[in-house]
Amino acid sequence: MFSEFLQYLFTGITIGATYALIALGFTLIYNASHVINFAQGEFLMIGGMATVSLTAMGVPMLLAIVLAVVLAGVLGIALQRLAIAPARNADVVTLIIITIGASIFIRGLAQLVWGKEYHVMPNFSSDEPIQIFGAVLNTQSLWVLGVGAVLVAVLVYFFTRTLTGKAILATSMNKDAARLVGIRTQVVLMLAFMVSALLGSIAGIVVAPITFTSYDIGIILGLKGFVAAAIGGLGSGVGAVVGGLALGVVEAMAAGYLSSDYKDAVAFSMILVVLFFMPRGLFGAKIVERV
Amino acid sequence: MFKNITRRASTFAAIAAAGLLAINVQAAEPIRIGSFLSVTGPASFLGDPELKTLEMYVEKINADGGVLGRQLELIHYDDAGNASKARNFASRLIRSDRVDIIVGGSTTGATMAAVPMVEQAGVPFISLAGAVVITNPVKKWVFKTPQTDRMAAERVLNDMKARGLTKVGLISGTGGFGSSGREQTLAAAKEMGGIEIVADETYGGSDTDMTAQLTNIRGAEGVQTILNFGFGQGPAIVTRNYAQLGIELPFYQSHGVASDGFLELAGSSADGLRLPASPLLVPDSLPESDPQKPVVEAYKSEYEARWNAKVSTFGAYAYDGLMLAVEAIEKAGTTDKAAVRDALETIQGHVGVTGTFNMSADDHNGLQADSFRILEVQDGGWNLIN
Repeated sequence: MFSEFLQYLFTGITIGATYALIALGFTLIYNASHVINFAQGEFLMIGGMATVSLTAMGVPMLLAIVLAVVLAGVLGIALQRLAIAPARNADVVTLIIITIGASIFIRGLAQLVWGKEYHVMPNFSSDEPIQIFGAVLNTQSLWVLGVGAVLVAVLVYFFTRTLTGKAILATSMNKDAARLVGIRTQVVLMLAFMVSALLGSIAGIVVAPITFTSYDIGIILGLKGFVAAAIGGLGSGVGAVVGGLALGVVEAMAAGYLSSDYKDAVAFSMILVVLFFMPRGLFGAKIVERV
Repeated sequence: MFKNITRRASTFAAIAAAGLLAINVQAAEPIRIGSFLSVTGPASFLGDPELKTLEMYVEKINADGGVLGRQLELIHYDDAGNASKARNFASRLIRSDRVDIIVGGSTTGATMAAVPMVEQAGVPFISLAGAVVITNPVKKWVFKTPQTDRMAAERVLNDMKARGLTKVGLISGTGGFGSSGREQTLAAAKEMGGIEIVADETYGGSDTDMTAQLTNIRGAEGVQTILNFGFGQGPAIVTRNYAQLGIELPFYQSHGVASDGFLELAGSSADGLRLPASPLLVPDSLPESDPQKPVVEAYKSEYEARWNAKVSTFGAYAYDGLMLAVEAIEKAGTTDKAAVRDALETIQGHVGVTGTFNMSADDHNGLQADSFRILEVQDGGWNLIN
């Protein structure tokens, strides 16, 4: 009985950590620009697919990972420079629609370059799972959790201790005021896209051994990440992490104890319940309308 | 006067010659084989090898002198996996191309969209799609070449029974293939008797972790074996989770994953699992006495030599469809649609790549469950069990 519960919990936390990393990417760009970047899932896909194809070409795993992350970072910058920046005076909804277009474009490109098949990536360490009280834990899950924790710590440090991080926060709070004190808001925005792409691609790489990877893996994972970000409260880093983990655990528990048929329904109803009682999400900022 | 007669005679000769010519033209009129396939789009993995197969064998038959002394002409359209396009193309094949027979319909959706048209127009139609609804209940003009998912379920359950495994945990995908497979498995278990489904779990098409469902099945009372009915990457994830959880029960998959791509994804965790599959996966292991061996080997080598690509079981459905059409036309001795249909219905012992076809008035598929071979994965390769 307890071992089953533990198994569902492990499953939920692993997949939840992935959602949390994706949600953090959404949060980052949302904070800098109030844009919800629907191409976030595509960064995830680029990370996994580029690593797989580079290793297939004979590049050592570690180098392949670094190159894939760099590629995603460049793509993040390109997305901001080529698609978002030219429309800088458009309103937020237009920018969001642009990101949807960009995600379809990137996915199409990936399909042409890498084909439609699913690909495997080997586990980073042993294939032998760990036994804990009768439940098993895939070693790759530990990688997902570990890398996730490190990334969160780095982000917290970046936003609270570095000037660049504070500049991003300042831009999100008041763009005009930020510009007045000498912050180049377009550069800040570019930075936000780059960091968010790096984050997404790293998430895509660490989960690829568990989920496989293909050109369209970003669609559903991106969507779940967005749900996690909305549950946690858009714009809140803590919210993204809590929202992601909560979503993953609820999904796994629903599959285990209720019915696997209703797993996704339960997860998506969660967003309704949370937003009904707390319209800004669990950790959303209180926004006072200025009159 | 004489001049007049000669003129008349020459006119007469000219008319006679023209008449003769007309008869000749009619004799050389090709037999028109119509097809609509999902060559592009999400089901292109079905339509692409099917079209390649039809093209190469129509060429080959024509080079060997055609059928009934007439050449074959292939008229094909790409429905891109879209049922309403399939319906339009079926209508065009019947009305404006006036084909003699249709061999096509990559997906069940495309096939079922075309069925009302062919039934109404009375054109023999050999479908290349899987679901049981196509030929059950029997439709007068509709035939099909692939085995049904019902047969796959029966084949697997029979193999379980033979191994003394009677309590089955079922896990299936929620997509069309998985859910139809689930229904057919439940129905087959009920009908066969002596076998019990003790757990019934599902997973979504893009789920990335099925350990929760497998943990549930493992905990089910008395479960002895597990069957996964699904398509795409889902079954590969189930297979990996199965190995990670260290489940020791005998494991079965469906024919939906009978491809080398699945082995690549599932890796070493697939070792020991069994599934029903076409003999096309194991041509070398078939015994010499197997009547299908030469057909399977010839199709595989000819296809791979011509297209420089790996042969697929889906292309084989098109091969069987075309060969059945040719046999029916030869048997009927004409392309008269009703005669060809009647001939199709009486084909017996037609050895194809997918299986041996024995058509009848109430079986327009003509295959038995044992046309599936049970294969076991060993050391990353397929191994013929029976």
